[in-house]
Amino acid sequence: MPYDPSDPLKDRITDIGPRYYEEFLPPVIKNNKGKWLYHDIIEPGVLVHVSETGDEVYTVRVGGCRLMSIEHIREMCEIADKHCDGYLRFTTRNNIEFMVDSKDKVKPLMDDLKSRKFEKGSNKFPIGGTGAGVTNIVHTQGWAHCHTPAIDASGVVKAVMDGIYDEFGSMRLPAPVRVSLACCLNMCGAVHCSDIAILGIHRKPPMIDHEWIDKLCELPLAIAACPTAAIKPAKTESGLKTLEVKAERCMFCGNCYTMCAAMPLADEDGSGVAILVGGKLSNRISKPKFSKVVVPFIPNQPPRWDDTVEIIKNIVDVYAKDARKYERLGDWAERIGWERFFEKTNLPFTHHLIDDYRFAYTTWRQSTQIKF
Amino acid sequence: MAKHKTPMLDELESGPWPSFVSDIRQQAEKGKQILKDAPEDLLGILELSYEDKVTHWKHGGIVGVFGYGGGIIGRYCDQPQQFPGVAHFHTIRVNQPSSKYYSTNFLRDLCDMWEKHGSGLTNMHGSTGDIIFLGTTTDHLEPLFYDLTHELNQDLGGSGSNLRTPACCLGMSRCEFACYDTQEACHQMTNEYQDELHRPAFPYKFKFKFDGCPNGCVASIARSDMSVIGIWRDEIRINQEAVKAYVGGELAPNAGAHASRDWGAFDIQKEVINLCPTGCMSWDGSKLEINDKECTKCMHCLNTMPRALRIGEDRGAAILFGAKAPILEGAQMSTLTVPFMKIEEPFDELKELIEKVWDWWMEEGKNRERLGELIQRQSWQKFLEITELEADPRMVDEPRSNPYIFWKEEEVEGGWTRDINVFRQKHQR
Repeated sequence: MPYDPSDPLKDRITDIGPRYYEEFLPPVIKNNKGKWLYHDIIEPGVLVHVSETGDEVYTVRVGGCRLMSIEHIREMCEIADKHCDGYLRFTTRNNIEFMVDSKDKVKPLMDDLKSRKFEKGSNKFPIGGTGAGVTNIVHTQGWAHCHTPAIDASGVVKAVMDGIYDEFGSMRLPAPVRVSLACCLNMCGAVHCSDIAILGIHRKPPMIDHEWIDKLCELPLAIAACPTAAIKPAKTESGLKTLEVKAERCMFCGNCYTMCAAMPLADEDGSGVAILVGGKLSNRISKPKFSKVVVPFIPNQPPRWDDTVEIIKNIVDVYAKDARKYERLGDWAERIGWERFFEKTNLPFTHHLIDDYRFAYTTWRQSTQIKF
Repeated sequence: MAKHKTPMLDELESGPWPSFVSDIRQQAEKGKQILKDAPEDLLGILELSYEDKVTHWKHGGIVGVFGYGGGIIGRYCDQPQQFPGVAHFHTIRVNQPSSKYYSTNFLRDLCDMWEKHGSGLTNMHGSTGDIIFLGTTTDHLEPLFYDLTHELNQDLGGSGSNLRTPACCLGMSRCEFACYDTQEACHQMTNEYQDELHRPAFPYKFKFKFDGCPNGCVASIARSDMSVIGIWRDEIRINQEAVKAYVGGELAPNAGAHASRDWGAFDIQKEVINLCPTGCMSWDGSKLEINDKECTKCMHCLNTMPRALRIGEDRGAAILFGAKAPILEGAQMSTLTVPFMKIEEPFDELKELIEKVWDWWMEEGKNRERLGELIQRQSWQKFLEITELEADPRMVDEPRSNPYIFWKEEEVEGGWTRDINVFRQKHQR
């Protein structure tokens, strides 16, 4: 029975959860689950996993835009039908993986992937994203879909990935470099543990839509939303209930705007990019660590965000030349010292980079172990 | 002929990385989506944002499907007259299968369904892991949900103050490091808590993520309120012949991950033994020894010599709680809570633990207070109390340095009630 708009709850099915993953596993994966012995990266973007049964699975990893049309998904299906018995998978970092069960199927698959380009010339399926290189950028919605962003997401990602494209298709860095983007401090992208994080920030306190705020918002919720207690009740000259923001206490987190649509803070000059570096998630050698703010603000520069791209390229280049094998960006910065990091990368160190929020003291230096 | 002029976005069609602009354009030109103008108008409004350097999307309205409080995010643009195709542009979160494997049949079904009910644009995938259908109008929501559940046997994911769609790494399906079945754990925990996922009853969002090993490919330690990270307790299995093959240069170290640059010959002393954070390994030229008791499972040696070293056989997971992004008290990573738990069907121990945590958080948590913030506000001691766990030195990096201990009365001999007159018999005023 098709949907009946006059009786929307008829035959309703709810709470059935996702489809069971097992039906989507390619046979070679299903047959060898839990039996894998080891893997090798044969070339950038191409992995082989070997099972104790003797089976092998070859994976070709390609970068994708997470903002993707169904026409594009159908093209991926066509490729998977042609080469991969009708299966594929996506990775946590927006890559797509095409898997085949024998080595002779790898080259035809790769040739096919490499041959496909968009009309204006960009690659549809760039191969790479493995090992000691840059893999795809995880990111958020930006100006394509979100109400709180300080920056775009997809466009910045495109510009940055064009800038460091060679590192996606090679493995010549000291260790993996994970780049992430979140278009505001809400961080749907949770970029706070990335080697390089591109973060949208605001620098102007919220405006207040005095005529409408009491109709649109629960005023006490907006007041309570402020972590620095900068918002208090007020009255307009005409006697309407409204709010007032003590601007010098605002740290531009945008939490009030999340609670109240009548307090917009995005601005063409006020909003832009901050760069954080040195975070990691893996426990390998050193513990997981947070990314640190090393560039407090870069203006929005659509369409190609030139300064952001240049700064990231420079950080990657300096790191690539100076770090030791296996050393993640944050481990390198800690070994040489943050004073050296700023010297080598030629980035200015300003007071904006010294923490003055909740855990500030834990990041100040209590020692005379310093470099000159 | 394009509907809107987009000179700035056009510049994002050049360069080698896939262009999302070209992709949206091909959907606009070739696609048969029911909301015909949506891709063109999305490009139009995005171009306007590129000119103005601010977003043109408004706060979400309350939209959804009957009986659910999550899964759909209302979205409206602030220039509906100029861009009617995206005037109403709601997001639908569709719960992805564990590890994001797909058959092309299922993917095509999803595409067909989205063509019938929306813009033809997606995110594969959203940050939390869902399949995102990007942009439709309110009148399509119920029919889409009906078709999704009836025809595709597929449910929505989470949004708002509820359990968000859980996610896992690819685990045992294609990785030799997985210490438990992340896919099965993720699937079963998702199904167990469908009510929590669809009907917001929490102070704020709550995320589960399942990492198969301490490499943490699904970022659970940074991105989930409850992080389940695979680990083993016994010995790393060593194939001494393969170790020699690495040392002799017959096998490429690190599974070939550094192959594009000449780092010189593999030096096991420098690259493995000396980099081991606990110094628990030694190599005498013919035999590799590991003092497993001192090993902290950092994965470096296994990552570097995957054909010689394998994870142990007494496997399970460490459970950590409290990670979150900066909003509001600052970013947090998860804190180690249960050093080891067997993660096996029916996952009862894990369920029992999470339900204790939720009961406390739902009782004590303030509006929009993440679990990690509540733990900080009420103390780790309180968290131990409600989870009924014993303190363990593995929960901290170091013991406290301040001596301000909140002793409880029952911990102090004789209690706290004293008689000042008895005191005065020995001590003059």
